[in-house]
Amino acid sequence: MSTTVATADALGTTVPAAARAGTPVVHDATGFSIPASHNAIIRWNVYIAFAAMGIAVIHGLAQALSYAGIDILGWFPGLKTYYQGLTIHGVFNAIVLTFAFTNGFLSLTTARGLGRPVNGPLLYAAFGSLVLGIALASWAMFTGRASVLYTSYAPLQAHWAYYLGLVFMVVSTWITSANLFVTLHAWRKDNPGQRIPLLAFVSVATYAMWDLASIGIAIEFVAFLLPWAFGLTDGVDPLLTRSLFWFSGHPIVYFWLLPTYVSWYLMVPRHAGGKLISDALTRIVFVLFVLLSTPTGFHHQFTDPGISAGMKMVHLVMTFGVFFPSVITAFSVASALEIGGRRRGGGRLIGWFFKLPWSEPALAAQLLAMLVFILGGVTGLINASYSMNQVVHNTTWVPGHFHMTVGTAVLLTFMGITYWMIPMLKGKELWSRKLAVAQAWIYFIGVLVFARGMISGGLEGLPRRTYFAAATYGKESWDLAGVWTGVGGTLMFVGAMLFLVILVLTVFAGRKKEGQDVPFTETIQPPAPGGWETRLDRIGFWVLVGAILVAIAYGPYLIQAIPPHLSVPGFKLF
Amino acid sequence: MHIHKYEKAVLAVTGALLLGFLAALFYSAFAMDIHVHSHVESIDPANVRTTPPFDQPGVREVAPGRYEAVIIGQAWSYTPNEIRVPAGAQVTFIATSTDVLHGFAIEGTRVNMMLVPGQVSRATYTFDEPGEHLLICHEFCGLGHHMMYGKVIVE
Ligand code: HEM
Ligand SMILES: [Cu+2]
Ligand SMILES: [Cu+2]
Repeated sequence: MSTTVATADALGTTVPAAARAGTPVVHDATGFSIPASHNAIIRWNVYIAFAAMGIAVIHGLAQALSYAGIDILGWFPGLKTYYQGLTIHGVFNAIVLTFAFTNGFLSLTTARGLGRPVNGPLLYAAFGSLVLGIALASWAMFTGRASVLYTSYAPLQAHWAYYLGLVFMVVSTWITSANLFVTLHAWRKDNPGQRIPLLAFVSVATYAMWDLASIGIAIEFVAFLLPWAFGLTDGVDPLLTRSLFWFSGHPIVYFWLLPTYVSWYLMVPRHAGGKLISDALTRIVFVLFVLLSTPTGFHHQFTDPGISAGMKMVHLVMTFGVFFPSVITAFSVASALEIGGRRRGGGRLIGWFFKLPWSEPALAAQLLAMLVFILGGVTGLINASYSMNQVVHNTTWVPGHFHMTVGTAVLLTFMGITYWMIPMLKGKELWSRKLAVAQAWIYFIGVLVFARGMISGGLEGLPRRTYFAAATYGKESWDLAGVWTGVGGTLMFVGAMLFLVILVLTVFAGRKKEGQDVPFTETIQPPAPGGWETRLDRIGFWVLVGAILVAIAYGPYLIQAIPPHLSVPGFKLF
Repeated sequence: MHIHKYEKAVLAVTGALLLGFLAALFYSAFAMDIHVHSHVESIDPANVRTTPPFDQPGVREVAPGRYEAVIIGQAWSYTPNEIRVPAGAQVTFIATSTDVLHGFAIEGTRVNMMLVPGQVSRATYTFDEPGEHLLICHEFCGLGHHMMYGKVIVE
């Protein structure tokens, strides 16, 4: 790593003398390596994540074509209905892909950040729980016993194996979380009074946020859906289970997004040859997510009966609040990139953006991810805008929106990370850098076309979650939207499949290259050794404050909803 | 911690923008009375068809120019599945489900709500122009979901 930093940062401020004389290293982990067995578990998490995506996007293609009026479901042997495939698409993409990847990736970043391996048995246990969960849920989904879509809305009733499978998947994230906390605790003992290295801090904070956020689905599945599926209770309270789902269902998007931010803050600047400016601001952003992610779920229920307008407005305000740290992120990451682009001779205003090393696959994929995320963020703010939600709720606008967030910002970032992580863990070179860059561009163009279709169709009232090729109603103005969707979805599919080809060929046919490291950046403004900033490191305390906000935001509703009316029996209409 | 002045400016502008959006939403809610449908009323989902007003689904005029449309959603149709109102009618839709979740979206209007078994949903809308609107179930409700729709005909 070169020791000369840009003498003036991207904004023209003078860089502190300490920074000019060689920025302090985030944490010196010279000689760091992880045990071979940990290496294998982390790699297998990545393989499982992308295998799930591979299966899911095959049906994704069928869904996109269905909106174009083309029905290819007949080509899927063993698949009984569109909705069976859509359930698999949702569960494998939104849950299996993200949980598996994050469990592996953030275990690695924590180990690297702290310069010590994570706890082995907990790493294996998390992996085992994930695999067991996938096996149970897959059996139920592939045999057509759980075509209820990933939201699992009662009183549609799936086989218990499906609910239990999802529980084991969530348990795997809790075990990973416990692992990160145990590792952090051990590090603190050995380094009393020291600031937590930033890379480890953001990783642990991500899981801390999710620990609080996942309480809702934990209660929903363990207290209500499982006993009901086992026949121990006669019925469910559909509004309560739905509300518990969205208690976790909104913040889960931050559990998808924060690993992405870990990479954008700490790794992307390194790929771009820049540096992250502020240590403290980065920690503040992650603390804000711990605080504000969860008390927002009613924005998914703006159109629901049984929840008062006042409660919905509270969640509206909190949702706008949690938008704020994302804006800080946009600014911080952009300035880190600007440092890199200007060092390469890029111009002042936006010239630096084009001068970035776009031929580096890990960077190209993530830059494209960021561009799409701008559109994802804007459409998200519109969804959250209370009365405006009535225009778009449950129309194809919504999948248009979230394929730009989780379906691209997160997915392309995970792909970008994989482009350095798997070569590093395998001790190999990426199989084809050119194809990797091309793959990201194809997916990027595909999603823009796809979203153009879904968004415009949604504004015309085209319903989501609908086997449109066989629908008995229609509207002329939906036709063009369907064509955009079909064309864009096909390009996305090609991009996703190319990624799998590159991954497999890297693993089996990549050239040997040992001695690679996790590429993470230093900060120009180092962590303060004392003062108020050290309080940012008290993750447990912030979770507690977050819990109080959750109690305020959900308390009035829960008081009215409890005791639940467990009166609605299960329906198996699939 | 040092925050650069441009960064402070961007954060302030963003904050102001978000507050501005919120102010606009609150203005539309309180000054213009544009709310989301948030009716709180429970019903026994097993006895919907014998509980008023669902014992007599359909449209009725409750005051000059004001109508109530009582509609039941069940897999995979609405009862009644077609309603007619005159142009200029202010219609309050009162709906619920007898089985699973259903959607209730009238395309081309801002009537967009969920039907949840055990809860009664309500929305009011004034149909100014004559025409035909699809009433669409936009929440997955089982195998025949893509065949569940109705019509609102404004004469
Ligand atoms: C080839 C790439 C993909 C294509 C063509 C595609 C296409 C689609 C389409 C057309 C829908 C709407 C189906 C409907 O509402 O009836 C959908 C839903 C969905 N997609 Fe994708 N998708 C792709 C990749 C992804 C990825 C990478 C993710 C997440 C990481 C994702 C997550 C979801 C989710 C969560 C849903 C909602 C499922 C539901 O409503 O239950 N998709 N996808
Ligand atoms: Cu949300
Ligand atoms: Cu339906």
